[in-house]
Amino acid sequence: MQSLLDMLGAGFLQLMGLIGLNSDLMARYGLRFLDGVWVTLQLVVLSVGIGALLAWPLAIARVEGGKWTARAAFAYSYFFRGTPLLAQTFLVYYGAGQFREQLTALGLWWFFRDAFYCAVFTFTLNTTAYQSEILRGAIQTLPIGQMEAAKALGLSKLKAYWTIIMPQAAGIGLRPLGNELILMIKSSAIASVITVYDLMGVTRLAFSRSYDMEVYLWAAVLYLVMVEVVRRVWDRLERRLNRHLLVSR
Amino acid sequence: MFDFLRLLSFGPDGWGDEIARGALLTIELALVTLPVGIAIGLGVALAKDSKSAAVKMLANAYTTVFRGLPELLTLFIVYYGGQMLLTRLAGLFVEGASVEVNQFVAGVVALGLVLGAFSSEVLYAAIRAVPRGQKEAAAALGLSKMRVFRLVTFPQLWRVALPGLSNNWMVLLKDTSLVSVIAISDLMRQTAIAVGVTKQPFFFYLIACLIYLVFSAISSAVFSRLEARASRGFRRVGGH
Repeated sequence: MQSLLDMLGAGFLQLMGLIGLNSDLMARYGLRFLDGVWVTLQLVVLSVGIGALLAWPLAIARVEGGKWTARAAFAYSYFFRGTPLLAQTFLVYYGAGQFREQLTALGLWWFFRDAFYCAVFTFTLNTTAYQSEILRGAIQTLPIGQMEAAKALGLSKLKAYWTIIMPQAAGIGLRPLGNELILMIKSSAIASVITVYDLMGVTRLAFSRSYDMEVYLWAAVLYLVMVEVVRRVWDRLERRLNRHLLVSR
Repeated sequence: MFDFLRLLSFGPDGWGDEIARGALLTIELALVTLPVGIAIGLGVALAKDSKSAAVKMLANAYTTVFRGLPELLTLFIVYYGGQMLLTRLAGLFVEGASVEVNQFVAGVVALGLVLGAFSSEVLYAAIRAVPRGQKEAAAALGLSKMRVFRLVTFPQLWRVALPGLSNNWMVLLKDTSLVSVIAISDLMRQTAIAVGVTKQPFFFYLIACLIYLVFSAISSAVFSRLEARASRGFRRVGGH
């Protein structure tokens, strides 16, 4: 098995050399780049996934909450959508260092000490704000009759949301949610600034050692592939899940 | 509490003036990038509307690339790549010449390329929203292609494009923070310097966030006025 992988790797490098890329450099850093891609994927999947769970209550709070709940939810999403992700990341990562004693007392220091966890934490807060805004918009496009019909059938509000409102809102919000996922893949490069070795971090490391612009080309291709794959998968997903809404063309 | 106020004071022991200067540079960067990006966007949008398949393909490839790359990566490619390219070019004329790329220019170019990609989508949709008959009528009146665009298409394009462009501007404003990574003394970098000296990261980064928030709020106020103006000849359902 190992020898097969080695052979595949050697073949790949030879092929890359043939199309004019620096195969020595790739032999040295290629696997690191794959590690970087893995870290980037972890960052994105964790933050967007957890963000999706948190965005629902926030969106519903905007629609259903009383004056103060709705306002608090609005303030949250306004703050995270109105400030740069880089500033938020610094605020969490460096800001947490200032509260080290308190965080240690709470038993949370191990979490905030780690750049990767800090990045996931910040990205989650950020994407939650964007996703909740998308979902709020989606919920509010639904006609009021949907809720009234649910009530007339004797469904509780919770049940009405779970079985009637949420599935429809998710369908409406599907396309912008896909865009948000793509935005997060791109934004996750910011993690490299706080010493996380994601794809961008590995690229910067390789560049600072080799001073060969080619590494940026590899990174560009890898990011474009990730974005393109998500875009295509999402297109398929949307066509499948929203097929009841499709107009025949 | 007073300690914090002193940290923000203008003068030798406060960071107010440094941060204000950084904030000014951030605005400057965004305002210089805006026309560059919109010009690129308009060019690419017109290319997408072109009859030639090759031109169309090039324009679409441009959008795909610069919308798909992380802004940080684009910035590094422009900054380091530009430096190497120019050094090599200069080396052709002068032995051993080395060129330093101005960081501000690199920032404007990189952010302009990204803004160009995003705004081209908005502008393309807006161009398509102007009915074909308008262009045909203008052509029938004997207007040249340039004048059709300037007098007929362009004024109508604004109304449709403004909401999208306002979105692009907000993203640009936040993306400017990335240039701090290549050592431009914008708001983010000045804040980082203040943090390095005072060891008050939470306070200063919070202040930086609030300043960005104020910029966003002012921008959205300005844009809603512009939108009101652009659509003054257009009555909406339920509007006035």
